[in-house]
Amino acid sequence: MTEFLQQLLNGLSLGAIYALIALGYTMVYGVLRFINFAHSDVFMVGAFIGYFVGGLLPHGTFWGGLAALAAAMAGCAVLGIVIERLVYRPLRGGPTLNVLITAIGMSLFLEYSGQLVFGATPRAFPAIFPAKVISLHGLIISMNQVTVIVVAAVLMVGLQFAVHGTKIGTAMRAVALNPKAAQLVGINIDVVISFTFGLGSALAGAGGVLYALNYPSIDPLMGVVPGLKAFVAAVLGGVGNIPGAALGALILGMVETFVDGSRWSTYKDAIAFAILIGILLFRPAGLLGRYRAEKV
Amino acid sequence: MLEISELSVSYGAISALRGVSLRVGKGTIVTLIGGNGAGKTTTLRTVSGLLRPTSGSVRFMGEDITRLPAHRIVARGIGHVPEGRMIFSNLTVDENLSMGAYLQKDKAAIARNRDYVFGIFSRLKERLRQTAGTLSGGEQQMLAIGRALMGEPKFLMLDEPSLGIAPRLISTIFERIIEINRDRGIAILLVEQNANLALEISTYAYVLETGHVTMEGASADLRKNPQLKAAYLGG
Repeated sequence: MTEFLQQLLNGLSLGAIYALIALGYTMVYGVLRFINFAHSDVFMVGAFIGYFVGGLLPHGTFWGGLAALAAAMAGCAVLGIVIERLVYRPLRGGPTLNVLITAIGMSLFLEYSGQLVFGATPRAFPAIFPAKVISLHGLIISMNQVTVIVVAAVLMVGLQFAVHGTKIGTAMRAVALNPKAAQLVGINIDVVISFTFGLGSALAGAGGVLYALNYPSIDPLMGVVPGLKAFVAAVLGGVGNIPGAALGALILGMVETFVDGSRWSTYKDAIAFAILIGILLFRPAGLLGRYRAEKV
Repeated sequence: MLEISELSVSYGAISALRGVSLRVGKGTIVTLIGGNGAGKTTTLRTVSGLLRPTSGSVRFMGEDITRLPAHRIVARGIGHVPEGRMIFSNLTVDENLSMGAYLQKDKAAIARNRDYVFGIFSRLKERLRQTAGTLSGGEQQMLAIGRALMGEPKFLMLDEPSLGIAPRLISTIFERIIEINRDRGIAILLVEQNANLALEISTYAYVLETGHVTMEGASADLRKNPQLKAAYLGG
């Protein structure tokens, strides 16, 4: 039982991080219908911002940790908006494939610029949040895991509010549904797209810091694997669907953790992906995704 | 109020409009009739900035709006109820209406416009919390018109408001269109498949064929025109 609870906790914190990344993939897909492959590298930049800002602040305090987190989110939001403005926007209106290839190029650009600037050697991520470990009837709860889960939950509730409770959030859903109609009510699509990139990238930045807290070794290629997993989570949940991305990420995090704790741990990724393929065979649009008839 | 001159639009190599000129006077209802692919929808989309013309100009209230982005054209007071309604189907009726008032900052004006919309389409008020996609075709059309009215337009373009709607609702919707024009003084450019109906409620009409205007005149005169009768009015 303790073992089960332990794995549940681990899976929850891993899934929460995947969710933060997956949300950005799915939101951008929702409004622009393309996968922003550079998103996983924005996540990496978030971890590095957390590393540098966290290095300046006293370690092991909540306010210091939250300040580093906020800096990473703000920095990544700006980075995401700049990438869209300079790289993707000029290609808008052209074939989607062009943007997709460009996104892969942007991803490689960030990864290798990261190696140039930060060096390829992994760095130890400082313990920016209080790193206590609580033992409860044999259940080991690290403060980092609690921080990850709480911060991720707060951010997702905040996102829910931003998307459903604000004018710009409603405009984002309107653009995702029908960009032409959105323009006809006076919505400036460019502003909504910038907002979407900013919001998604800020979440990825937070994900980067939280991931680095739990796996405290960061390097410029650290985004590749979690980014891929989060992408898979977004597809699993139904790409373009916000609650779907969170659900897909939690499932993936859980499966991965439970398999990792079993004797088939070597095959954890294989099993995780086999489950993905299985689900997509039966629900090709993802768990919460729906096929919409495209109206012309 | 609206003055289109020598407007040409093409989709790649295919030209959709070839030198279309038309005007809509203040407070009038003007209709644009023509068969499928004649360029009616293209004309409206070019006016609202969704399409860029290759040549020609669109002037609204004396100012050139030809190359403005769509959201700036809406801000000038042009409303567009698009073909196929294009309501935000996953959003509630309420959210659709508030999106219609996207550019409106004045809360009192928003409340006033909502009351006006509920006054002419009372069904929308009953279905406020409902997801827009679950409405019937006629109700969706009402919502699309209501959404456009929330932007407080001075000039409204309606693209095939009778399309895919139960026959008994068509007359209701057309009565409301007349009401909007009369009570609010909103000039209307109506694109309509149902030429009889369109000529009945408009004062002036243009006939569009393969991208250019082939006939124009007072609606009352066009209704008696034998050529037009044969082609569009069912003999």
